[in-house]
Amino acid sequence: MKLKWISYPYIIWMVIFILLPIFLILFYSVTYSTNEGIGFTLEYFQRFFEPIYINVLWRSLKLALTSTGVCLLMGYPMAMILAGKDIKKRNVMVLLFVIPMWMNFLLRTYAWMTLLERNGILNSFLGLLGLSHMDFLYNEGAVILGMVYNFLPFMVLPIYSVLIKIDKSLIEAAGDLGANVPTIFRKVIFPLSLPGVLSGITMVFMPAVTTFVIPRLLGGGQFTLIGNLIEQQFLFVGDWGFGSAVSVIMLLLILISMGIMGKYEKEQEGGGLW
Amino acid sequence: MVRFIKRFYTFLIFLFLYAPIVVLIIFSFNSSKSRGSWDGFTLNWYVEMFQDRQIMSALYVTLAIAVLSSIIATIIGTAAAIGIYNMNRLNKGIVMNLTYLPVLNADIVTGISLMLLLIFLKLQLGFTSLLLAHITFNIPYVILSVMPKLKQLNKHLYEAALDLGASPMYALRNIIIPEIKPGIITGLLLAFTLSIDDFVISFFTTGSGVANLSITIYSMARRGINPKINALSTIMFLSVLFLLIIVNKRMDNSKEGDN
Amino acid sequence: MKKLAKLVLFLLVAVMILSGCGSSKPTLTVYNWGDYIDEDVISEFEEEFGVRVVYDEFATNEDMYVKINAGGGNYDVAIPSDYMIKRMIDEDLLHTINFDNIPNYKYIDEQFKGLGYDPNNAYSVPYMWGTVGILYNKTMVDDTVDSWKILWNEKYSKQILMLDSQRDSIGITLKMLGYSLNTKNPQELEEAKEALIAQKPLVLAYVGDEVKDKMISGEAALAVVWSGDAVYMMRQNPDLAYTIPDEGSNLWFDAMVIPKTSKNKELAEQFINFMTRTDIAFKNTDYIGYSTPHTEAKGQLEPELLEDEAAYPTIEDLVNSEVFEDLSSSASIYDRIWTEVKAK
Repeated sequence: MKLKWISYPYIIWMVIFILLPIFLILFYSVTYSTNEGIGFTLEYFQRFFEPIYINVLWRSLKLALTSTGVCLLMGYPMAMILAGKDIKKRNVMVLLFVIPMWMNFLLRTYAWMTLLERNGILNSFLGLLGLSHMDFLYNEGAVILGMVYNFLPFMVLPIYSVLIKIDKSLIEAAGDLGANVPTIFRKVIFPLSLPGVLSGITMVFMPAVTTFVIPRLLGGGQFTLIGNLIEQQFLFVGDWGFGSAVSVIMLLLILISMGIMGKYEKEQEGGGLW
Repeated sequence: MVRFIKRFYTFLIFLFLYAPIVVLIIFSFNSSKSRGSWDGFTLNWYVEMFQDRQIMSALYVTLAIAVLSSIIATIIGTAAAIGIYNMNRLNKGIVMNLTYLPVLNADIVTGISLMLLLIFLKLQLGFTSLLLAHITFNIPYVILSVMPKLKQLNKHLYEAALDLGASPMYALRNIIIPEIKPGIITGLLLAFTLSIDDFVISFFTTGSGVANLSITIYSMARRGINPKINALSTIMFLSVLFLLIIVNKRMDNSKEGDN
Repeated sequence: MKKLAKLVLFLLVAVMILSGCGSSKPTLTVYNWGDYIDEDVISEFEEEFGVRVVYDEFATNEDMYVKINAGGGNYDVAIPSDYMIKRMIDEDLLHTINFDNIPNYKYIDEQFKGLGYDPNNAYSVPYMWGTVGILYNKTMVDDTVDSWKILWNEKYSKQILMLDSQRDSIGITLKMLGYSLNTKNPQELEEAKEALIAQKPLVLAYVGDEVKDKMISGEAALAVVWSGDAVYMMRQNPDLAYTIPDEGSNLWFDAMVIPKTSKNKELAEQFINFMTRTDIAFKNTDYIGYSTPHTEAKGQLEPELLEDEAAYPTIEDLVNSEVFEDLSSSASIYDRIWTEVKAK
């Protein structure tokens, strides 16, 4: 196909609005400025490898990975159910799936707090059932819940859009050849939906690593995550060099690790992170 | 049995999605300004909301930016995805990896660097700069939504169409686009969703009195978010729902909806 | 479907272009915290002076600073807090104000002039002020609350809400230890860090604005809050009480300044003068509910509020209190401490 040219507007856009800012970040991360001028330094990168920052990174990755996993486990069956509906129903349901996300994020998160608080709605229910109160809020579980809640559509929609166009005859053929339902899923449906799954994972995992409002509100601000760290550097400390270096390390780390992951994907057509 | 499990699962997921929305709606009728206490039923917030010029203009900006940026990003992004898909492996890899950068970058970094760029380009911060910023962070999500559909596409379909005498544009419009339509719609929806909800990037790329709802809400936070915002959200939610029902009814009446 | 999209696009572009063409009136661009002004005041100013006011809002001092520092937006008047004003003065981001254009400045309480952030009264006119203190629920706390130390009392484990703000939390810890909340002494800061780490298991959460809803609904027994919010919370829930600990606290100000981005300094001064006019200052303090430094406007408030020591503490209550100063290069030490506390 010779349709490369239609991506050129994007390429230009990308160079201006993505590449230039990235170069700016790169520049900040390796330079320092004094009254005499600007000099080169790797000090910011070195600083990141102190245990306290590695700890921050580790916790962010752990939380983001867990949330992505939960999103996938919850989202895949949902995407299958959506894809199995007839055309009219599924369009409506997909919209119903996204509409909650059109309400402001802060309001939704505050609403979660009303639900999960000590004297909150959920605990009142538990009280009615004669169960003792539980502390739902201010722990890692609450942070994961917040991330899953906010990013679930980003997992479900790409998987769903791939699932609806899988050739039904393939599934029937597999059934005719004696494959049982789990086998059909493992050997036919899942591999065919893989591009959607990968898109979903990317769209959930990446923003989850750098989010900082969710841990602050639902986690009670008890742990610094990588997003908080970057935000602090840019806003409170004014240390743009260190902030940029942390961002650059994040970018590299995730691109490389996903690149390695991608090497194991057999599908040669896979364009993307590898 | 399977049907029941499916229904039940769908119910649970939707309960999860809508529980906070219900809470939000309930508190729009609370006569206390605080979420912390229920002082009785009132419709005052709905009345006050319409008189608040800050909120009304923020609503307008939010919708305008969300609609424009998601449509423009979808057009650019879909074209980009098709183009990238047809590149050779190396170029595809480079372009796709660059595409991920805005998704991966912390909002604050994207926001500040875009602001510096816009100032450097001598663009007055305001509606246009806000729109540019939103298109920028929307495009990757569109590409990520369309790409899987392209991978699913039968590679020979397009060539077959050309062999049969179709022009490239005709083949694109009538063969490829319909095939990847679900991906495009997904991308559009995600872009709209992201745009309507963004605070950090919007804050740094706007100015001159142009503010979207997120900026209004986040800056209210220090003094406590006014329930007028809950009232507004309730109305937005109900109008979308209402619209959905109408469109659905109309599609039921017409013989066969195409999508 | 396509036609619909085209129509929407066309309409929006049209409206966008139309709204772009403003009138030729002179414009004044104001940058303020959200919901921090009686909106009628803006229209009144527009009418009286025949100008158009462009009004932008920010959520934190730091957000505002980054934007003004980068030169985004032509702000004529901004209303940041004390330490931020000091920083902006030091970095030459503010115009000196010509006080001949602000005759109403005489109404500002002398007590609030010449403070650390603007020692020569050259750059700022106070807008609102307040303190930081402990808000507690009388039904849940039976000790007398007169010291920051109560926030380290194990009896109230998981009942304590701290501020998720490094400057405030480290500041009150320093106060508890008997140091200045502007200290740059590494030894003192180290002690504060140890104290915060020791306190962490007792803390329910480090919170921001949501503290208001939490305390009103009785989610926690003790919280560190700003006085303006305390007044509001005590009205919503009469079980709550506010106190400024004996060790002293932070005295804060939000003040009007003219950033160098201003293109119409005289109009900015007119606006500041307008804001310090008695009727306008009263309207604002009445709407916002924070304490005003304006002597005449204060006189018009309900006596009930004036007697409230949370809103208008006596001078004796404030003897040990300090105003935040900019930390400049020590900011990274504070940040490091805070990261270490949070990383535990």
